[in-house]
Amino acid sequence: MQQNATILQIKNLDISFRTNAGSVHAIRGVNLDLQKGETVAIVGESGSGKSVTMKAAVGLLDSNATVNSGEILYTYTENDVEKTVDLLKLTKKELRTSYNGQRLAMVFQDPMTSLDPTMTIGKQIMEGMILHQHKSKEAARARALELLQLVGITDAEKRFNNYPHQLSGGMRQRVVIAIALSADPDILICDEPTTALDVTIQAKILELIKDIQKKMNLSVIYITHDLGVVAKVADYVNVMYAGRIIEVGNVEEIFYEPCHPYTWGLLSAMPDLDTDDDRLYSIPGSPPNLLHEPAGDAFAARNRYALKIDEKMAPPLFKISETHYAATWLLHPDAPKVEMPAELKARLMRARKEAGK
Amino acid sequence: MSEPLLKVENLVQHFPISRSFTVKAVNGVSFEIYPGETYGLVGESGSGKTTIGRSIIRLYNPTGGKITFDGADITGKLDNSTRTLLRTEMQMIFQDPMASLNPRKKVADIIGEGLDIHHRVTGKKERDELIGNLLKKVGLSPEHAERYPHQFSGGQRQRVGIARALIMNPKLIIADECISALDVSIQAQVVNLMKDIQDETGCAYLFIAHDLSMVKYISDRIGVLHLGYMVESGTKEEIFSNPIHPYTKSLLSAIPHPNPGIEKNRTSITYDYASSGIDYAKGTEHAAEGTHKVLATDEEFAAWTR
Ligand SMILES: Nc1ncnc2c1ncn2[C@@H]1O[C@H](COP(=O)(O)OP(=O)(O)OP(=O)(O)O)[C@@H](O)[C@H]1O
Ligand SMILES: Nc1ncnc2c1ncn2[C@@H]1O[C@H](COP(=O)(O)OP(=O)(O)OP(=O)(O)O)[C@@H](O)[C@H]1O
Ligand SMILES: [Mg+2]
Ligand SMILES: [Mg+2]
Repeated sequence: MQQNATILQIKNLDISFRTNAGSVHAIRGVNLDLQKGETVAIVGESGSGKSVTMKAAVGLLDSNATVNSGEILYTYTENDVEKTVDLLKLTKKELRTSYNGQRLAMVFQDPMTSLDPTMTIGKQIMEGMILHQHKSKEAARARALELLQLVGITDAEKRFNNYPHQLSGGMRQRVVIAIALSADPDILICDEPTTALDVTIQAKILELIKDIQKKMNLSVIYITHDLGVVAKVADYVNVMYAGRIIEVGNVEEIFYEPCHPYTWGLLSAMPDLDTDDDRLYSIPGSPPNLLHEPAGDAFAARNRYALKIDEKMAPPLFKISETHYAATWLLHPDAPKVEMPAELKARLMRARKEAGK
Repeated sequence: MSEPLLKVENLVQHFPISRSFTVKAVNGVSFEIYPGETYGLVGESGSGKTTIGRSIIRLYNPTGGKITFDGADITGKLDNSTRTLLRTEMQMIFQDPMASLNPRKKVADIIGEGLDIHHRVTGKKERDELIGNLLKKVGLSPEHAERYPHQFSGGQRQRVGIARALIMNPKLIIADECISALDVSIQAQVVNLMKDIQDETGCAYLFIAHDLSMVKYISDRIGVLHLGYMVESGTKEEIFSNPIHPYTKSLLSAIPHPNPGIEKNRTSITYDYASSGIDYAKGTEHAAEGTHKVLATDEEFAAWTR
């Protein structure tokens, strides 16, 4: 990855939802950069805003959403001219006809929401290729069959005429991945692409995407809670909490030298096969209800390292290295020196040693 | 040991797709679940896990075999009392939450549906309280009761499905990939909650998952499924410390490590049924030590346990 060309840049994104119980401030100033050919992961607790952030980029926010501010800049070349558009300024129709499902393809978390229950899966994979790439029916069919095989669906010929409900959960998820790949996109956004897949097929899909990435210089955003997946594929990791990115770094910085107490909690909660405790560690408390936005740092109430200032003011991102930033007051020069929990430290040391780092 | 709560004998479930193509999803699977225990069912995508769950709760008519639940035969046509037994004492948490939650209903009504149908509560106050408490237990908030399913994040929606199953206090909960869309911390919270509820009410779980580290953590016994056959079963210690079947071995070797230094270069043991020379249809159940069982021919069993 010599050329450091930014392909997607999310700037200060802020989104709220109207609900019966009031306004939910779900995204509270998200910044994220994606370079060409790179893989970025977004991790974070359920409800932290991972899906909403990326849905904004493909123009598929729910109708009760309001974008309060922000830009999502997408840079691409057309006829050798470099162009940058703000995806938030496009109409739904523009997004649908020229961007979404073509230059940007998103694999949604819930496969049934993106499949048409009344259409065979074969037709659904062919559809975009015929419509946007003007492929002939035969060419589209051949490519669709090839994609089905690539995502590990055996008997692709026979499965071609199956309806979504005739497939297993993991097969449906793979059909959605095949549809996304059929578009030959610049940016592939995968929202929990492998949650329903067993480890063997998961590995196969991740390797397939890596492969295509190498060949086509594809940029990929993975939204996932599976830190094993992150470890395998990501160049950079963004940790999200309550609508903000609270730590970002390259994959080794996040896994071996995390700085935010929330990231510490997240890594501590990973089950490892050597754990024999009777209870799993979970970060105490629950994520804030963004119907009632907290005044200071949103993580303060659950953070045993919280400082006085956390109750009043949300911390800015502090720089740790050229690539590593974290939003915690613990990194302020005047803060008391706090180390990560000893147990986690020992575990990360062990992991590092095993990996020979 | 007490009587099993659920007994599945030789379950067969086939789906004819066309005249020349029948999907043989489940091919003679047997296992038992005892009251208060957790049985983990693992296996690759398409191996028949969901189908077994859906056959047991009778969303399908089994092609063959026998299912006994709480002393009643639930295989054939159901009479009214058996149907009520099934609808109240057995609940399923579905794999695809969006497809299983009615999009036009508020979450309170989705969770409360069972209570309403079976007249389990006396008034609105009791109902609201029950629902509110359960929402809190699964890590949501009572304020979420007024929302519709699509207004949730994926993991939140999965927890709505969990709450819906828990509210009836059933004897058996079939949990189909019920934590796979959750991040590790909430996974831990939900799994701990499921354990607490089990201690409290003595319910049993059929825990369907592909995440072996979680299955190991929650299950007492484990069944490994491949291509609709139960290739190996036993206590979790037996399966994890002494896997016998080559499929189980490859499954165990593929568990990802949350460690980028290792994961970036790792490959796992591959298992290819087609070229393995194994024919599941020829195998019979072979007992290893304890409750540990393997599907194999005599020769295969001898070779694998040598
Ligand atoms: N249409 C909507 N109306 C109201 N609130 C919404 C809506 N869509 C999402 N939200 C809320 O916005 C927050 C962020 O949701 P999002 O789907 O981005 O979470 P996520 O990080 O993807 O979580 P998960 O890992 O569970 O999928 C959640 O609290 C969710 O309840
Ligand atoms: N209603 C149906 N009609 C036809 N075929 C079906 C039906 N339901 C399931 N199948 C087929 O049965 C097989 C087993 O599917 P099942 O959903 O049980 O798998 P699974 O083990 O749950 O997989 P996953 O982990 O991907 O959810 C698959 O080949 C699937 O296509
Ligand atoms: Mg999501
Ligand atoms: Mg399934």
